[in-house]
Amino acid sequence: MDASTEFENGQAKFDAIIAADEKIEPRDWMPDGYRKTVIRQMAQHAHSEVIGMQPEANWILRAPTLLRKAILIAKVQDEAGHGLYLYSATETLGVSRDELVGLLHEGKQKYSSIFNYPALSWADMGAIGWLVDGAAIVNQIVLQGTSYGPYSRAMVKICKEESFHARQGYSIMMALAEGSDEQKAMCQDALNRWWWPALMMFGPHDSESAHTAESMAWKIKRKTNDELRQMFIDQTVPQAHYLGMTIPDPDLVFDEETGHWTIGEIDWDEFWATIKGDGRLNRERITHKVKAWDEGRWVRDAATAYAAKQKMKPDKSA
Amino acid sequence: MTAVTTQNALATYVVRHADDNVVLGQRLAEYISRAPELEEDLAIGNLTLDHIGVADHLFTYAAKIDGCDLSGDDLVMFRSERDYTNLLLVEQRHDGFDDLIARQFLFDAYQLPFWEALSASNDETIAGIAQRAAKEARYHLRHSSMWMVRLGDGTPESHTRIQASIDRLWRFTSEMFETDALDREMVESGLGVDTSTLRETWESSVDAVLEEATLTRPQDSFQTSGGRSGMHTEYLGPMLAEMQWLQRSQPGMSW
Amino acid sequence: MSYEVPVAPGDKPHEIQFGGGGEHGFPLWEVFVRAKRGLNHTHVGSLHAPDAETAIQNARDGYTRRAEGVSVWVVPSIEIVASDDAESMFEPFEHKPYRHPTFYEIPEEVGQL
Repeated sequence: MDASTEFENGQAKFDAIIAADEKIEPRDWMPDGYRKTVIRQMAQHAHSEVIGMQPEANWILRAPTLLRKAILIAKVQDEAGHGLYLYSATETLGVSRDELVGLLHEGKQKYSSIFNYPALSWADMGAIGWLVDGAAIVNQIVLQGTSYGPYSRAMVKICKEESFHARQGYSIMMALAEGSDEQKAMCQDALNRWWWPALMMFGPHDSESAHTAESMAWKIKRKTNDELRQMFIDQTVPQAHYLGMTIPDPDLVFDEETGHWTIGEIDWDEFWATIKGDGRLNRERITHKVKAWDEGRWVRDAATAYAAKQKMKPDKSA
Repeated sequence: MTAVTTQNALATYVVRHADDNVVLGQRLAEYISRAPELEEDLAIGNLTLDHIGVADHLFTYAAKIDGCDLSGDDLVMFRSERDYTNLLLVEQRHDGFDDLIARQFLFDAYQLPFWEALSASNDETIAGIAQRAAKEARYHLRHSSMWMVRLGDGTPESHTRIQASIDRLWRFTSEMFETDALDREMVESGLGVDTSTLRETWESSVDAVLEEATLTRPQDSFQTSGGRSGMHTEYLGPMLAEMQWLQRSQPGMSW
Repeated sequence: MSYEVPVAPGDKPHEIQFGGGGEHGFPLWEVFVRAKRGLNHTHVGSLHAPDAETAIQNARDGYTRRAEGVSVWVVPSIEIVASDDAESMFEPFEHKPYRHPTFYEIPEEVGQL
């Protein structure tokens, strides 16, 4: 079979699988663009989980009770686990985790800008769980239907595990909202600071999003940025009201006709600046990660050396 | 709030062991997101959760039997440095993975026989907590022993580093096997453990791992103690300041 | 989140070089978990570890945090041998309906069969 026939057969099979709503698996033929898009999206997702450990790890040591401390540890640990699942899914496409981590460290691959915002009070642990994980879950539930098999399976596992993340966040917010004036103020302040960044997590408007159409056609993405953002807004605004808190948007109104909440304009200059590296903590997040990686090198070297020595020993074939 | 201490002897005894676990858990928590590899971050998360979890159970029980008006978290958040009664070993700082593993290993090798012995306590609640903790400690010891061997018998650099960590921490090990009047009271009433009897088990498991790791047992016989009576090193205070800050800045609130 | 990061105007996304740079890391292992007694071990994902003993512990710490398993297997990923060409390998079996019990019509009076 010559190269062009192989390409045509491959493309036809690929198209048929996508049309039938079945999954593409690692050894299947796939268009280069599809492979690159899936790798890029999964890698960004994995990096985000791992970098996303930092703002919350910052508060583990100061958590107000042992139970809250344990919950936060479990959540941050889950993020490491989700990073692991997603790197694992990405590696099925022939790119190694070390390579991806290297690209993150060099700033050549990005992670979600949300983690470049600082976690400044205990209430931020509530806001991050409720809003940031809440936004993530809206997105990830839909992504369970993504066309790349390993990504879809990772999403199913992650969604199952993450359902407690948003709930524990909201439970922190509820405790604060029912507390002292100082606690209530802390709760409102966290909502004020995390609301807009959480909305930005869904990305630019569909009209500005270069890759959306292609990703939708390949069924990598199943809903557009604006659709997902609207789902999140509609579920979250009543939750804020339940807490007795105010959404920091004077233009927020409920549209009786459509049944949706409409919001004011997102600050897209801030959005793009943060993506380009000028967010509050872009440099610190990467520095933390690179430092841990560099400081761990002697440990990884030791484990590798030990494994090599064991292989050389005749009595230990394992 | 008045001084937070336990009055009841059994409660005071339970708090000692809760202190060991909360302090070590807090130390381990400092390392989260800093491990040499993603998989190890997950492993350390599990260790941390186990130590915090057993501490939580013990503090809650201590508060209950003490009959005071305090919660388990009050005992954690409102006792000062001099009232903490943890072993000095667990409050020692780690500069890296070497100190973290050495500290964990020396403590795990003691915790496993300790929890196994405490599983026979006359007090059903304590025995139940100990039985669960023993299972966790068995895994902890397996994990730390595995790393001791890999670091000891890995590269020349790792060998030097882990040997130095063991040497540095060795002077805090005898304290684990010291007993005082409260220990003896608890042993006599069948509630507690005579830790001096655990030394042999500890030594044989430590020696076996050190040997496999090609490491040398420290010859320095200098030993220091005082944790059980609240005489700490300078490392505990800053840790408590951070851990207790939020509760102390707004006391009496629900979180 | 999809945590997808859009390309900022004027930026160029990095092109992945397959099998390219990066440090030489720990080998990759495939992980299989038995959820409870009586069930097969099922593939759940992969991890990196320097050796088998570490891989088993990493599998426990990474894939059974919610008591998902009572036993784990780890297999070096490079040892997995996979089939190819699904058409010739598996489609021929789709056309043998007589292997399935529903192929046969048996009168009800015959009873359990």
